[in-house]
Amino acid sequence: MIYAAIAVTAAVTILIRFLPFWLFSGKGEVPAPLVRLGAVLPPAIMAVLVIYCLKDMPLLGPSHALPEILGVLVTSASYVWKRNTLLSIAAGTLLYMVLVQTVF
Amino acid sequence: MRGDTLRKVLPKTIPVFIGYLFLGIGFGILLKEIGYGFFEVFLMSFFIYAGSMQFAAISLLKAGASLGTFALTTLFVNGRHFFYGLAMADRYKEKGWRKALLVHELTDETFALVSSEEDMTSEERLAVSLLDHSYWVLGSLLGVALGTAFPIPSEGVEFVMTAFFVTVFTDQWLTRKDHIPALCGLFTAIVCRFLFGSGNFLIPTMLVLTVILLFCSGRKKA
Repeated sequence: MIYAAIAVTAAVTILIRFLPFWLFSGKGEVPAPLVRLGAVLPPAIMAVLVIYCLKDMPLLGPSHALPEILGVLVTSASYVWKRNTLLSIAAGTLLYMVLVQTVF
Repeated sequence: MRGDTLRKVLPKTIPVFIGYLFLGIGFGILLKEIGYGFFEVFLMSFFIYAGSMQFAAISLLKAGASLGTFALTTLFVNGRHFFYGLAMADRYKEKGWRKALLVHELTDETFALVSSEEDMTSEERLAVSLLDHSYWVLGSLLGVALGTAFPIPSEGVEFVMTAFFVTVFTDQWLTRKDHIPALCGLFTAIVCRFLFGSGNFLIPTMLVLTVILLFCSGRKKA
């Protein structure tokens, strides 16, 4: 039932977003371990999300996950080169789409 | 929203406009592909308004996951938003609906924009937040429209999500000196992926990772 799923997902998302304001707003007393965790979590979570996106890549299949690997490499390398998020997303995604639709 | 405020913040939001349009279209097309339309896409983009979780929800919907799985996955995929709130708790002093909108609209991209400038006014932060949210809703609805109008070859369009996280990951790698958290994340996720399988590894990964990072960051500062 998609509406129940949307309601639950929205409710949990909104709860997460409001929680820090309910807990700490105006008091200025954020516990030190949480501050440190807040500083190191974003890059760690991005790594997890990249792996999450690639969780089903067919390493042992006929393509040996080359479209995924090349897509990630082109996205990352072009970002290091140009520092342009949109350009890199477009380049990696278009390459991936061309590879899965025409080559593999 | 005042005209001069809009003129000042609109240029700042252009990268988010293009990104959200692109990702939103991808999301709209994918949700359309599994049989849903404008109404469901609008509900998700307006009330959930979290790109990564909306993409994850597509997989969960396809798999027929339980509501508990939706709740737990949301907790772990969107858990990072808690820390954006933590960072803005002292700056967002608004009340009522303005506060509610600012808090609900604090996505990765909006956080990047509103947290990077200390002297941004309350009005400007609200304008950025509202603009970004409208781009996301617009993009995802456009995805449904495009998916309906043209039978475009969309196979592989889901890679926009992967590419998006790769750019954020790469950016954080380049701008941060400490690579330990990113490496912990990569290592934990890969190990858990092979231990727990592709359907069940996200939650154990986040739990293990939180413990590792609490321990590491606590020791380093001690």
